[in-house]
Amino acid sequence: MSPPPQIVFRTEGLTKVYVTGGIRLHALAGIDLALYRGEIAVLLGPSGSGKSTLLNILGGLDHATSGHVWFRDLELTGLGDRALTRYRRDHVGFVFQFYNLVASLSARENVQLVTDVARDPMDAAEALDRVGLGARRDHFPSELSGGEQQRVAIARAIAKRPEVLLCDEPTGALDSKTGVAVLEVLAEINASLGTTTVVITHNAAIRAMAHRVIRFADGKIADVAVNDTRLSPQDISW
Amino acid sequence: MDALDIKLLRDFRKLALQGLAIAVVLACGVAILLTAFGMHRALIDTRSAYYERNRFADIFVETRRAPLRLLDDIRAIAGVIAAEPRVQGMAVLDLPDRVDLAMGQLLSWPSGNDPLLNEPILRRGLPPERAGEVMVSDAFARANDFDIGDGFFANINGQRRALIITGTAVSPEFIYTIGPGALMPDNAGFGILWLPEAEMAAAFDMSGAFNHLSLSLSRGTQPEDVTARLDALLDPYGGLGAYGRDGQLSDSFVATEIDQLRAMAVVVPPVFFVISAFLVGMVMSRIVSLERAQIGLLKALGYPDGRIALHYLLLAGLIALLGVALGWGAGSMLARAMAGQYAQFFDFPYLIFRVPAWVYGMSGLAALATTMAGALRAALMAARLPPAIAMQPPAPPAFRHTMADRVMAHLALNQTSIMIWRSVIRWPVRSALTALGLGAATAAVIASGFMFGALDRIIDLAFNQSYRQDAMILLAGEVPDTALADIRRLPGVIQAEAQQFHAVTLRHGPREKRVSIEARPAGADLSRVIGTDGRAVDPAPGGILLSDRLARQLELGVGDPVEVVFHTGPRETHDMIVAGLVAQYFGLGAYVEIGEIDRLFRRSARMSVANVLIDPDAMGALHAALQGMPMSAGLIEMTRNRQSFQDTIRENVVVVNTVYAVIAVLITVGVAYNAARIQMSERARELASLRIMGFSRAEVSFVLVGETMVIALIAQPAGWVMGTAIARALSRGFTSDLYAIPLVLEPANFAWASLVVLAASLGSVLVVRRRIDRMDLVGVMKTRE
Repeated sequence: MSPPPQIVFRTEGLTKVYVTGGIRLHALAGIDLALYRGEIAVLLGPSGSGKSTLLNILGGLDHATSGHVWFRDLELTGLGDRALTRYRRDHVGFVFQFYNLVASLSARENVQLVTDVARDPMDAAEALDRVGLGARRDHFPSELSGGEQQRVAIARAIAKRPEVLLCDEPTGALDSKTGVAVLEVLAEINASLGTTTVVITHNAAIRAMAHRVIRFADGKIADVAVNDTRLSPQDISW
Repeated sequence: MDALDIKLLRDFRKLALQGLAIAVVLACGVAILLTAFGMHRALIDTRSAYYERNRFADIFVETRRAPLRLLDDIRAIAGVIAAEPRVQGMAVLDLPDRVDLAMGQLLSWPSGNDPLLNEPILRRGLPPERAGEVMVSDAFARANDFDIGDGFFANINGQRRALIITGTAVSPEFIYTIGPGALMPDNAGFGILWLPEAEMAAAFDMSGAFNHLSLSLSRGTQPEDVTARLDALLDPYGGLGAYGRDGQLSDSFVATEIDQLRAMAVVVPPVFFVISAFLVGMVMSRIVSLERAQIGLLKALGYPDGRIALHYLLLAGLIALLGVALGWGAGSMLARAMAGQYAQFFDFPYLIFRVPAWVYGMSGLAALATTMAGALRAALMAARLPPAIAMQPPAPPAFRHTMADRVMAHLALNQTSIMIWRSVIRWPVRSALTALGLGAATAAVIASGFMFGALDRIIDLAFNQSYRQDAMILLAGEVPDTALADIRRLPGVIQAEAQQFHAVTLRHGPREKRVSIEARPAGADLSRVIGTDGRAVDPAPGGILLSDRLARQLELGVGDPVEVVFHTGPRETHDMIVAGLVAQYFGLGAYVEIGEIDRLFRRSARMSVANVLIDPDAMGALHAALQGMPMSAGLIEMTRNRQSFQDTIRENVVVVNTVYAVIAVLITVGVAYNAARIQMSERARELASLRIMGFSRAEVSFVLVGETMVIALIAQPAGWVMGTAIARALSRGFTSDLYAIPLVLEPANFAWASLVVLAASLGSVLVVRRRIDRMDLVGVMKTRE
């Protein structure tokens, strides 16, 4: 009998309303959700269903209109800009569809951006070794392929040993083969470091590697499915 | 209006602030071109119209006393059209309600007809007809509030005469009027006085004679041929050597001003045009790379390459139009202010101080052309972009490891600092041009600031070291130096020293120069000569001291013999040895020991001027005593000179410095703001990434502010070098026979210039920095570049 899983994120009635041109758009319409330590959660859903909005609020990039979000015991919904910056710096790793590396810094220097300011980072070289890019650490982004750039981005995200890794369409700009390689890195990190990993995707194939799949529709959670038999990324293709 | 035109206008509106920053720099160029070139043309036109209409003479000569019968021979010289003799002299004036002495230059007014040459224009009243009547220069009348019918007293050749004003006039001979020994025009203290011919002849013992002659020449006549003949004819009568317009005091001041305007019009505006062309190029390149996809789309829709290139050229053109409009506005105001200045210093009978319309057109076209040229590269880039490639995102800019990496590794810089330096190094041309632009701003401040130091040096050398007398008492001709004893007895005189002035021509081989020699006793304490080493020097017996500029013009060095043709005394020619060079900023001075002159002239000791120290409390009594002293021909108050010189120049320097500091700030804002905006646009994703990774606003701002400030710092030494070069060029350009501006640059000049530019750079980039606060982190990250 395993101990009950620790809750990393908890939301209560989380609502986000965008007002554009006089129209009120409910991006999130009252979300109650818990995310657990060490799990890979895949958020699925069509565009505009609210999954990115949720990820941004969890990552401290956006404010909720109403409701509450806790990261462990820290209520994010009450924090100001400065405290959110601190929170991102200490606890969160982000991976985006378009890698967003600093073009003027080499792979290792991009990772050092994080290790220089984090509290208990791993060595930049170690982070790059973990994503299989130890040999290419002195290359600049312009000298790396798309998949390699994304792996540098992941190395940069995990180098601070974050408790959570938030990935928004991490394979969206990659072909199937390269995408799988990136997913392998995410799975490996999750397994070895126990990092809670939230992955947003349009790609239904990816759900096979998740512990849980949370499906969004119209700003609400449509259903939550627990994956009894997870596939390894090698066995996934699209 | 088609869709592309609408896009053009919308883009221009979006570009408003950046465009404005560039337009203001461009406007500076347009305004200065308009003012300097416009005023240059206006002055030339006004002067030539005035000279033409009022028959300003071509040749002038002063003599001691030449008979009028000589005129037939003079008029017979080939090329001479007209000859106008007159009697002239100086007089001490006693004006009602004025305690201090005033001085007047007296000119005879021919009876019956108006003068043939140098014809004055009557402003009020009538010319003088009878004894006791006088026509005065208009500026003198205005400065003293004189009306027709007012009167004053003049000490004419030792006789006190009451004069009644019958009219006022302006003359092409006196566009710029400056009294003897004065540094600045003083219209209240010095005036031109026309008296009836008969009265002048009687007063100066010139019946049937003249002591000043003006000649006009037919077109194509060589003035040198005429002056040689004229000098030969007048030599027996004490001719002081004929000179052309370039030797005429008023004309040489006007000519100097015209030359300076020309130099300014040629040198300064191109700097602004080049900077704004560079800025436009930088901004346009960025816009084209941001609009790659749109350009691809337009091409896919069938727009031809030329139409797309034109679109971006027109965008630059709109910025140029804004700049031209601003420049015209500012230039018109500046020209009006300048015309006001000229009205104060120059007496022209009519105001043609209007910038000609074609100069507006020319400056506008120049600005438009340079701006479009700046945008050309970007426009061609847009035209050449293949549509298929345009619609794909650009590859990340390629960086490579360089030597600088080792240095940075050695310095253990953090990653954000490395970002700054790599970016500076990655685009060396852009960084260099940005630095050059900011350097130009620093240079502008230095180039104007050097005038402050130069002025202090001039004032110190002239007044604290060279001319230390409180006043110079001018005597009526050369008198035995026993007069010094009389002068020492005058009220308030504490100390007095003798001095003589002699008109000479210095010759060295084919080079010659007309100057005035100052002769003073060895060891003189009040009026001293300062050597280039900064110490007081006395000319050795048989030796002559020359100002360094004069020596340069004559190609003379210490120890060289120089031929001195005296136009005074026995009018002999003597060889003298250049005994030393002296630093001097006013005029072209030459100095000998006073006893040497008397020995050369084989006569007893004489003097024509007394340098005096005066008890300021007794000034009133001294003026009164001099007004009644037949021997005195005038008083030049050095203290007053000093004060009015310092006041006038300081005021101008403050104005000029403020203008240049403002210009420097405008250039800096134009360059730094645009550079930072482009950086911000290029780096938006990187900066947003940093924010997302948990970097604070201050840490992220460091990257943006850092790069601009690094370039601004790099720009400073370049700016110092450019500023020094410009200051040197200005100092050379301002140097004429009348005066020299030394190049004085103190560390404070450089520090101040850098402070202005660094502060303005920081201000500009901080304005852009606010965009980091407003950055939509999510939005930036989600969009493909």
